[in-house]
Amino acid sequence: MGILIDKETRVLVQGITGKQAMFHTKNMLAAGTKIVGGVTPGKGGQTVLDGIPVFNTMQEAIKNTQANASVIFVPARFAADSIMEAVEAEIELVVCISEHIPVQDMLRVRAYMQGKKTRLIGPNCPGILTAEACNIGIIPAKIQKKGHIGIVSRSGTLTYEAMHQMSINGLGETTVIGIGGDPIKGTDFIDCLKLFNADDDTKAVFMIGEIGGNAEEKAAQWIKENMKKPVAAFISGQFAPPGKRMGHAGAIISGGHGSAADKIKALHAAGIMTADTVSDIGDTMVKTLKKAGIYATLMKK
Amino acid sequence: MNIHEYQGKAILRQFGINVPAGKVAFNAEEAVGNAQELGGDIWVVKAQIHAGGRGKAGGVKVARSLEEVEKYAQEMLGKKLVTKQTGPEGKIINRLLIESGCNIDKEYYLSFVIDREKEKITCIASPAGGMEIEEVAAKEPDKIYQEYIDIHVGLLSFQARRLAYKLGFPREQVNKVVDILQKLYRVFLAQDCSLLEINPLVETKEHNIIPLDVKMNLDDSAAYRHPEWADMRDNSEDDHKEIEANSIGLNYVNLGGDVACMVNGAGLAMATVDIIHYYGGSPANFLDVGGQGTAEDNAKAFRIMTEDGQAKGIFVNIFGGINKCDTIADGLVRACQMLDLKLPIVVRLEGTNVNEGMQILKEASLPNVHIVKSMPEGAKKIIALVKEQEE
Repeated sequence: MGILIDKETRVLVQGITGKQAMFHTKNMLAAGTKIVGGVTPGKGGQTVLDGIPVFNTMQEAIKNTQANASVIFVPARFAADSIMEAVEAEIELVVCISEHIPVQDMLRVRAYMQGKKTRLIGPNCPGILTAEACNIGIIPAKIQKKGHIGIVSRSGTLTYEAMHQMSINGLGETTVIGIGGDPIKGTDFIDCLKLFNADDDTKAVFMIGEIGGNAEEKAAQWIKENMKKPVAAFISGQFAPPGKRMGHAGAIISGGHGSAADKIKALHAAGIMTADTVSDIGDTMVKTLKKAGIYATLMKK
Repeated sequence: MNIHEYQGKAILRQFGINVPAGKVAFNAEEAVGNAQELGGDIWVVKAQIHAGGRGKAGGVKVARSLEEVEKYAQEMLGKKLVTKQTGPEGKIINRLLIESGCNIDKEYYLSFVIDREKEKITCIASPAGGMEIEEVAAKEPDKIYQEYIDIHVGLLSFQARRLAYKLGFPREQVNKVVDILQKLYRVFLAQDCSLLEINPLVETKEHNIIPLDVKMNLDDSAAYRHPEWADMRDNSEDDHKEIEANSIGLNYVNLGGDVACMVNGAGLAMATVDIIHYYGGSPANFLDVGGQGTAEDNAKAFRIMTEDGQAKGIFVNIFGGINKCDTIADGLVRACQMLDLKLPIVVRLEGTNVNEGMQILKEASLPNVHIVKSMPEGAKKIIALVKEQEE
């Protein structure tokens, strides 16, 4: 099972003829993803990678391929337009990998998406992977292990780190979602928690947050009130100085808000165990499963 | 990117907003020249640094004669200004804004910011001008008014009017306030601001409404569509290592300690800084190398980290995803050889092609390179090696 994507998901690659896109398209195909076409304006009519058709517009691509998801690899200056093109074509899911999109462009995108049916993941994210079924984005499929943990993360490499530590501890994933490091984005923690809550296969969730904003605090509150499954968490940036942007556009402590300490406090107040350091992610998940009394059953599966 | 008050005011002028007449000065002579040119008998000498809270820290002085302009300019230039926002290390004053004085009657607060949660630009206004808005929010939250803006229709007149009424402006002033608010919103959009703060907005005794100060933060991701920004960039306050690293596309923040970290990915880089702290070390930097980890990239990063003897050891923490561990290991070895690095380097590799990567490091058998199996082991090891060096 898992959430949002599965074996049947039909994927378009926006910007497919670019070097990065081509590289990752090969990887996605190798992971079993159904890539049904690509879009690059001006290159319509060509085919790439042994027969994947390229179209000039999303509308045309969807009409010809019945795709229901797309992944965006276009340069930042064209990315907002690409997202809106996908939204206008009424695709179900758009995953935007591109980083450094101007924040006002994202505000326009989010306003444009109001009332429309498309869900956006990202931008500036590694994508989404449902174990052994479908991989959309740049998450290395090699580190996946099918299991019952849902992972949601603001950071790419920490997502991989968490997947790796699940494997070491004999656990595995249903779906892994990198929601991205930008301040304005399509999908947030609570959206993913809701979906994991409703997914029968997912028995517990690991959440990876970082400094900046208050999405983790809001998620903690939501978990306390609604989550039926155990959740464990890790917050990076505990020693980040205020006012310094730590790589991600969204990772900045400003006006005294968004510190890791505040987030950890909110998570603890909601009864959520947090990993002291990044290398304790696996252990903290195991402890949380034991506390919830489902560890033994999960290991038997 | 931060810009100075005088640069921000020049932009406001371009958009037809009335701001006090003023000119930037880089030395006392220029300051006096500017005052003479402006005329009148009262001037304000304002320190131009990329931080707020200047007034209370002595960075804004009212001069009632040219002699006073000269005196204040001499006192301020080259001096370190420590404000609530600069941190204890302060910032050196290299530029001054010399401005004509005005008769302040009332002060207000205005800003346009991006609300992450609502995913909208919001206009914040308060009659408590001249104070820090965080302070107002804490002490008198009911004195803060907000209007959320639909980016597809802009700041509507009724919204701007509503703010003007809430701020307590009399009927004859409301249209002037609406005009300024809508022009400021246009500046915010056209300049790709992430913050535009007017504190204070003043009403003069002559009933003019004037932004007396402006703070503008520009979105670096939008720099490609603003070639004009290049002329406004002033790096003189930034850490020289950060300038150098950023100029070659490295994501680097100097943290002042002695244990350097080189990591792929922003989240893991932050978590690595955290784990060094956790085990009692003092991180020298945040560094997300990203990219492909070529020998040239690594050599550049190593050079910046070890320059001026700041770093006494380096923790390389890599999770090979798309970038394979063997490529990264090869890049590391060659960078060490290129620079003839002698200081201790602890390497933790994990992920794609980890065994091949380990093999490359072992075969190179560099005496200063230590391979570890886990992050905690690596953090402890590098901290111990750095301590040894210091003893």
